[in-house]
Amino acid sequence: MIEVRLYAAQRLSAMILAPLVIVHLILILLAVEGGLTAAEILDRTRGSIGWAAFYGIFVLAAAIHAPIGLRNVIREHTGWRGEGVDKAMIGLGILLFVLGGRAILAVVVG
Amino acid sequence: MAVTGTERPAETMSETGTLSVEVWRGRDDGRFQSFTVPHRANQTVLDIVTWIQRHAEPALAYRFACRVGVCGSCAMTVNGKPRWTCRTHVGKVAVDGHLRIEPLRNLPRLKDLAVDMTPFFEKWQAAEGRFHPTKTRRDPLSTISPSSPKRQAADAGIECINCGVCHAACDVVAWNDDYLGPAALNRAWTLVNDERDGGKRTVLDAVSQGGGCHSCHSHGSCVEHCPVGLNPTRGIAGLKRMTLVGLLSGDAG
Repeated sequence: MIEVRLYAAQRLSAMILAPLVIVHLILILLAVEGGLTAAEILDRTRGSIGWAAFYGIFVLAAAIHAPIGLRNVIREHTGWRGEGVDKAMIGLGILLFVLGGRAILAVVVG
Repeated sequence: MAVTGTERPAETMSETGTLSVEVWRGRDDGRFQSFTVPHRANQTVLDIVTWIQRHAEPALAYRFACRVGVCGSCAMTVNGKPRWTCRTHVGKVAVDGHLRIEPLRNLPRLKDLAVDMTPFFEKWQAAEGRFHPTKTRRDPLSTISPSSPKRQAADAGIECINCGVCHAACDVVAWNDDYLGPAALNRAWTLVNDERDGGKRTVLDAVSQGGGCHSCHSHGSCVEHCPVGLNPTRGIAGLKRMTLVGLLSGDAG
């Protein structure tokens, strides 16, 4: 039952995303306190397994959550249904994962 | 066309002025027709429609049967909201002496105020909303405790009169043709809680398809408008929970 699986995946990814988004927002507020520079960000993230894991899970959860939600919106509010929209959303999920993963690698390894 | 009535069929009713009533005529490409109708005490919206048909416009098409809130035939859109017209008092819904009466939303229009209920009942079937017997007439009757949690969950949704008000009120039905709708899913919920029903797995599979219970946004319009006070949203949430448990326990495909 694909619909039950998508429902479960979206709820589970939302439960993971909620605390991560809060930490991410708090981090932004704290990071800009002393003036936001690339050097400061890289100093915090470069070589950090903790931040790599934090944003790795973040990206994975977002890459699962967003396409499922967008699929529902598209199916409800446009005439686009069937395999086409499913394939497009799988593509979106992969794109989000690749772009997010690339960003993490850039600030942790690069 | 404005028509003013002169007859007083019921001596026990007292006239308290007139109402301005707009009624949808035709099918999708129809128009509103205006009538002036005598306003009487304890008058229902169905009384208004019946008065118009009997005294002003004999060709007006509408549907009703019992007139006492049992059969679920007479639902219409009254001043923008879906209602059972036989139990809706004019005094409670008229705005400045004005009523606008239209057919139910989300169902194909046939003529004037009558809609085609076929898609509504087809969705009941698609949701496996029918009893799946496990016994023959020779078997003894099942003994079901009225106080058991499952029976109480089934009882909470069993009084649906199939009026289609929730179906018309639901935005997800309007957005998604495949969505089974609150009434069909409410019926599915009563069945999976009915200990005599042998089709629990079949019902859960049916409501897990695209357009099944997982499409519900829990807006609660069905609860808000249900004329008999049912809570389909709660039943749909129960179906989501049950299918999720089935998935996690490996009971569902």
